[in-house]
Amino acid sequence: MRQHKLALCKEHFLVWFTEQTQRFINKYHMFGYEDRILVAVSGGKDSLALWNVLHRLGYQTDGLYIGLGINQGTGYSAESLQFTEKYATKYNHKLIVVDVAEFAGATIPEAAALTLRGKGKPCSVCGLTKRYIMNMVAHQGDYNVLVTGHNLDDEVAVLFGNTLNWAVGYLARQGPVLEETAGGLARKAKPFCRFYERETAAYALLQGIDYIYEECPHATGAKSIYYKVQLNQLEADRPGTKLSFYLSFLRAKESGFFAHQNPAVQANLNRCQTCGQPTSAPEQCAFCRTWHRVRSRRAAAA
Amino acid sequence: MTVRLTLRDQEYEVYGGMTVRHALLKLGIQPDSVLPTLDGELITDDEILQDDQHIHLVAVISGGAR
Ligand code: SF4
Ligand SMILES: [Zn+2]
Repeated sequence: MRQHKLALCKEHFLVWFTEQTQRFINKYHMFGYEDRILVAVSGGKDSLALWNVLHRLGYQTDGLYIGLGINQGTGYSAESLQFTEKYATKYNHKLIVVDVAEFAGATIPEAAALTLRGKGKPCSVCGLTKRYIMNMVAHQGDYNVLVTGHNLDDEVAVLFGNTLNWAVGYLARQGPVLEETAGGLARKAKPFCRFYERETAAYALLQGIDYIYEECPHATGAKSIYYKVQLNQLEADRPGTKLSFYLSFLRAKESGFFAHQNPAVQANLNRCQTCGQPTSAPEQCAFCRTWHRVRSRRAAAA
Repeated sequence: MTVRLTLRDQEYEVYGGMTVRHALLKLGIQPDSVLPTLDGELITDDEILQDDQHIHLVAVISGGAR
């Protein structure tokens, strides 16, 4: 039973949470004190909490915020940037900001409207773009590892979706660490992958971190949230279900369950003819192809 | 003489004397999806609610496709 961890008093919870993070970093060989770590921050509770813990543990971290330009109605991007910048200033951390519109020529919603990718929902082009920029910044800045704030609930929701579809290629690549590929895709790690979502939220609250409560407006109705709700129902009936689902998956993976899937994925990587990033496509990577289309459609419409 | 619970712009009421967890389940709120706070302090799921308390529930579920 994990719930009793939240019953610890404030000081003990913070100590427990910090020590657990260190334990997971060691257990999954994520990174060491000599490594330069790039933390993907969104202004939300998980990523800011992660940046906070890693810094308190003495790791060398810089933050990367990606401005998506999702502002219609809610001002989500503008607000999340404010939270992130305020945090970075308060703790005197280095924050790298990449604005998608400046970098690629259009905001995420504009790009989604101009491509068929995702049919109106910007998540597909958004995910593609974020992955690309994270990898690029990690590479250009000579970071050894890119870390994200994914928590147990995030990981289990993805695992659930991939299992329902038996998406073995994705299953083979899911885990606390994704090794760097030969072609130069950055090494990735998720130090919070064994914390329940409410534990990372509790850490953020107790530590006095100001984070954005609002979600991206496009998250409404997302499959991952639907899965989370289903999994929380299972957890309410049978406490411990989520963690054991995740851990037994990791054990199965370790014993070679998906082993034959992995090398194939990596061996097929080429270099994008436009930007040079590794890609499984024969000529241009998906990012360059998509954004090339966005820019030419934009020019044609102007 | 009831306990008031708020979650975003939703308001709920239960009688005092039950645990937080019991109240959440009774209201159809998944315990894993919120953090209960009282006067700005986190409280635990097994805390017994007292009449006239106002519990603020902080939503913790996040994320669309990442
Ligand atoms: S929910 Fe928002 S931030 Fe997340 S992938 Fe979709 S558009 Fe991007
Ligand atoms: Zn490219």
